[in-house]
Amino acid sequence: MSSSTKVSRIGEELWKTKIDKVNAELVTLTYGTIVAQLCQDYDGNYHDVNKQLEKMGYNIGMRLIEDFLAKSNAGRCANFRETADMISKVGFKIFLNVTPTVTNWTSDNNQFSLIFDENPLADFVELPDDGRAQDELWFSNILCGVLRGSLEMVQMQIEAHFVSDVLRGDDTTEMRVSLVRYIEDEMPPEDD
Amino acid sequence: MPVYSLIIINKAGGLVYQREFQPGLRKLSTNDYLVLAGTFHGVHAITRSITPKIPNQNAVSVTSSTTQTPTPTTTAAAAAAASPSSTSVLSPSSTSIPTPTPTPTPLSTTSTTTPALPPSTSTPSNATYTYPIPNLPLSGLETLESDKFTLTCFQTLTGTKFLLFTDPQMANIEGIMKTVYELYADYVMKNPFYQLEMPVRCEAFERGVGGFLRARG
Repeated sequence: MSSSTKVSRIGEELWKTKIDKVNAELVTLTYGTIVAQLCQDYDGNYHDVNKQLEKMGYNIGMRLIEDFLAKSNAGRCANFRETADMISKVGFKIFLNVTPTVTNWTSDNNQFSLIFDENPLADFVELPDDGRAQDELWFSNILCGVLRGSLEMVQMQIEAHFVSDVLRGDDTTEMRVSLVRYIEDEMPPEDD
Repeated sequence: MPVYSLIIINKAGGLVYQREFQPGLRKLSTNDYLVLAGTFHGVHAITRSITPKIPNQNAVSVTSSTTQTPTPTTTAAAAAAASPSSTSVLSPSSTSIPTPTPTPTPLSTTSTTTPALPPSTSTPSNATYTYPIPNLPLSGLETLESDKFTLTCFQTLTGTKFLLFTDPQMANIEGIMKTVYELYADYVMKNPFYQLEMPVRCEAFERGVGGFLRARG
């Protein structure tokens, strides 16, 4: 617990001292435009839109991780639970100023959920009323890709997907994150 | 007390950036820099793997007291009893080959003689040793000193290496390194047209890092 509060203090401190702030509407409108444009380009094929958003996020994550590491000065996490805390309390904190709740761990500590109480990407958004978007589109799917890309760069292969979204009328916005494996080739984590 | 030069090596050992910050330094050929980067990458990996391992006193004493020492003599007997696959056991039960044979060792006697233990100790693995300062992760070569210069290597968690050649008198290299990393994260990684793992040709990075490191000189 104490390490968890320490992590959140790191996030708060970075947010206050090191992060350039940007107008929230700029973020919301830019992201909204991208998703809307993709929906148009893919002719309402929301599966492809999800996939494309994930891919874009992946490319962002591979770059963003360096910024995260350079700013946070973070060392390597000892286990996946620490990683989850770091993602929520430092990563999401400094880039989106939210701290999703980490919960629903599996007993092998390889899967957890992030519950988003607020989601700056989705402010003001209402999904199209075409009878399919509500069931098929994961509006914030870019975040899944960001996690996958950034963690891959620090030798963790993960899989992330949304399981619910308030935009679809669900009670919560929940992302499921699963550790697939530690990538061993470059710098194997402490084998124990 | 100047910074002489900076080299950045990607995680595959390729040279992605090299620049001098003082006039009059002898230049190597491009090929030599590539070789230098690759060689350093290899040496770094080796220095990391030769980190001394301190035998774990507790584990050794426990195993030796129960005569389950991982010496080849006893493990051969233990492995023959425990692991059917590893050794060529020419046992009379030759009919059923790969099945996990019910181990003849009485499991109820002592808990230490679990059948899983002897094979795992024969392979180089867990809990038989610790590293010096166990709470720090393994790192490779970090500094290399000569009378005329100091080479400082900083490896990020993503595997990129930053090499700074500085005057031996130079202080606070860690702080300089951190700023260089931040400049790299900003001007290189956030440049959408920079291709990952490729040589860095970013004008803004040149300016940023040049201005910063020359100011130290």
